[in-house]
Amino acid sequence: MTHFFAALGRPVWDALIFMGSVAIFFCQGVQQTVASSRIVQRTLRQIHVIGSQSLFLIVLISLFCGMVLGLQGYYTLIKFGSVGFLGSVVSLSLIRELGPVLTAIMLTGRAGSSMTAEIGVMRISDQIDALDVMDINSVSYLVSPRLVASVISFPLLTAVFDVVGIVGGYLTGVALLDMNQGAYFYRISSSVTMTDVGCGFLKAVVFGLLVTTVCCHQGYFADKRRDSVGPEAVGNATTSAVVIACVLILAADYVLTSLFL
Amino acid sequence: MTTSWDIQIKNLKAGYGDHVVLEDVTGLLPAGAVSVILGGSGCGKSTLLRQIIGLSTPMAGELIVGGQDITRLKAREYRRLRRNMGVLFQDGALLGALTLAQNVVLPLSEHLSLSRQELRNEALRVLRMVGLEEFADYYPNELSGGMRKRAGLARAIVAEPKILLCDEPTSGLDPITAARMDELLLAMNRHFPDMTIVVVSHDLASLWTIADQVLVIREGRSVFCGTPNALKESTDPYLVQFLNRSAESASDEAEAGHAAMDPAVRARVDAWLAS
Ligand SMILES: Nc1ncnc2c1ncn2[C@@H]1O[C@H](COP(=O)(O)OP(=O)(O)OP(=O)(O)O)[C@@H](O)[C@H]1O
Ligand SMILES: [Mg+2]
Repeated sequence: MTHFFAALGRPVWDALIFMGSVAIFFCQGVQQTVASSRIVQRTLRQIHVIGSQSLFLIVLISLFCGMVLGLQGYYTLIKFGSVGFLGSVVSLSLIRELGPVLTAIMLTGRAGSSMTAEIGVMRISDQIDALDVMDINSVSYLVSPRLVASVISFPLLTAVFDVVGIVGGYLTGVALLDMNQGAYFYRISSSVTMTDVGCGFLKAVVFGLLVTTVCCHQGYFADKRRDSVGPEAVGNATTSAVVIACVLILAADYVLTSLFL
Repeated sequence: MTTSWDIQIKNLKAGYGDHVVLEDVTGLLPAGAVSVILGGSGCGKSTLLRQIIGLSTPMAGELIVGGQDITRLKAREYRRLRRNMGVLFQDGALLGALTLAQNVVLPLSEHLSLSRQELRNEALRVLRMVGLEEFADYYPNELSGGMRKRAGLARAIVAEPKILLCDEPTSGLDPITAARMDELLLAMNRHFPDMTIVVVSHDLASLWTIADQVLVIREGRSVFCGTPNALKESTDPYLVQFLNRSAESASDEAEAGHAAMDPAVRARVDAWLAS
């Protein structure tokens, strides 16, 4: 019986420690954002890495996503004779859910994994120690700019995702399947409220902070891993960063959605 | 304020997690002198350095730097103290995302607001000292290991620290460049008579050239601390063997180290080579 509780206790305890460590790390990152004087320049560089370098990927994914939504929506709605609502279906599902969630997941793979790998390599090759010795706060040098950059980039890319997705739905619904163009856009403007848009952006900001915190944290503590050392630890850190971030995105999505509805 | 930048180590015990690497190290690395920490590979020299620069905290003992026991300092106070240190890490630890010129002036560019031109001049000045002037715009990964090490030394001395700590500055360098590194350290010592220079090394040639003080570590314990002359006169068998790298014991070890390959494996290797 005690074995059972011991076996149960260990992972729970580890999980609590992990969450605490991530939370402290996040607070340090935020604190250094305010304290650091050179944040702007570094943030601009990170916006380039997280934001503009991911733009093409987001456009591509969202276009196909919108087109599939248009197709599926069309053939489902036509059964009920309400094809006119296609605009509502496409825009609401994109703006409320798919836009923020898929953008965050794509950015986890595209930008988050490289954050973990880069910071992890810096950790195992003593570069972070060197920063500390030079009295350069490593969190403010590495983490804060990425946090700020993601707070800016995630919502903007989500907006791009939404718009391009709606265009994708238009392409299948109107251009391909001959639906009425006016009806498509009228349904969008009549069904989407400002609250929907606001919630979508709020989600994007939360996901951005989650992804960046988890990915930087995994890289920063790559040398503290128990399962591996050296380059392998960086690899494992990257894998777990992506997995943890994706799970957290969907869990946070559920929580946020249930709060707003 | 006149602080003496001696480093005094008293019964230091340190390691990683539960794994004790340094059992009991005692010694004095005086200011204004070049001290060499000597010891076999894996005996914990880099670990001792990590304690001095505060990257990990000792398990027991005292470590007095600049008149203060750093094991008792608060993190903030220690960071202030550490501004006076320049550190060369064993493999350079240059930031991969920055060019050499940006790397070597990092301690200045981060803490002071200097103009681009001033930073560039400082960068070229220290890179010239280590003979890397023409590589200023290269990235660390475009250089050889020895060049990265020299660039690391350039970064360590750019702010003219009170304490200069170098982890194996000459290993992996050819004899001429190594001699040049030694000269550079001696020149630093002449220019800044108060600077505490600590060099981790197992390069005996450079030991006799640069050392004013030697600390020998063996299996986690300090076995000798004193001047090179005293070291030469020491009769401790380990020290004698270490210093003479005595021919007979070396060949003994070579004999002991060689073990014949399993004939079955040997046959397969031959078959593979022939195929
Ligand atoms: N991060 C670490 N975690 C656990 N043990 C470590 C770690 N780094 C080093 N060690 C152990 O500490 C011991 C001393 O290592 P250290 O790097 O201090 O040796 P060294 O004297 O600098 O050797 P070298 O001359 O080869 O650089 C080694 O036995 C090594 O296994
Ligand atoms: Mg070492």
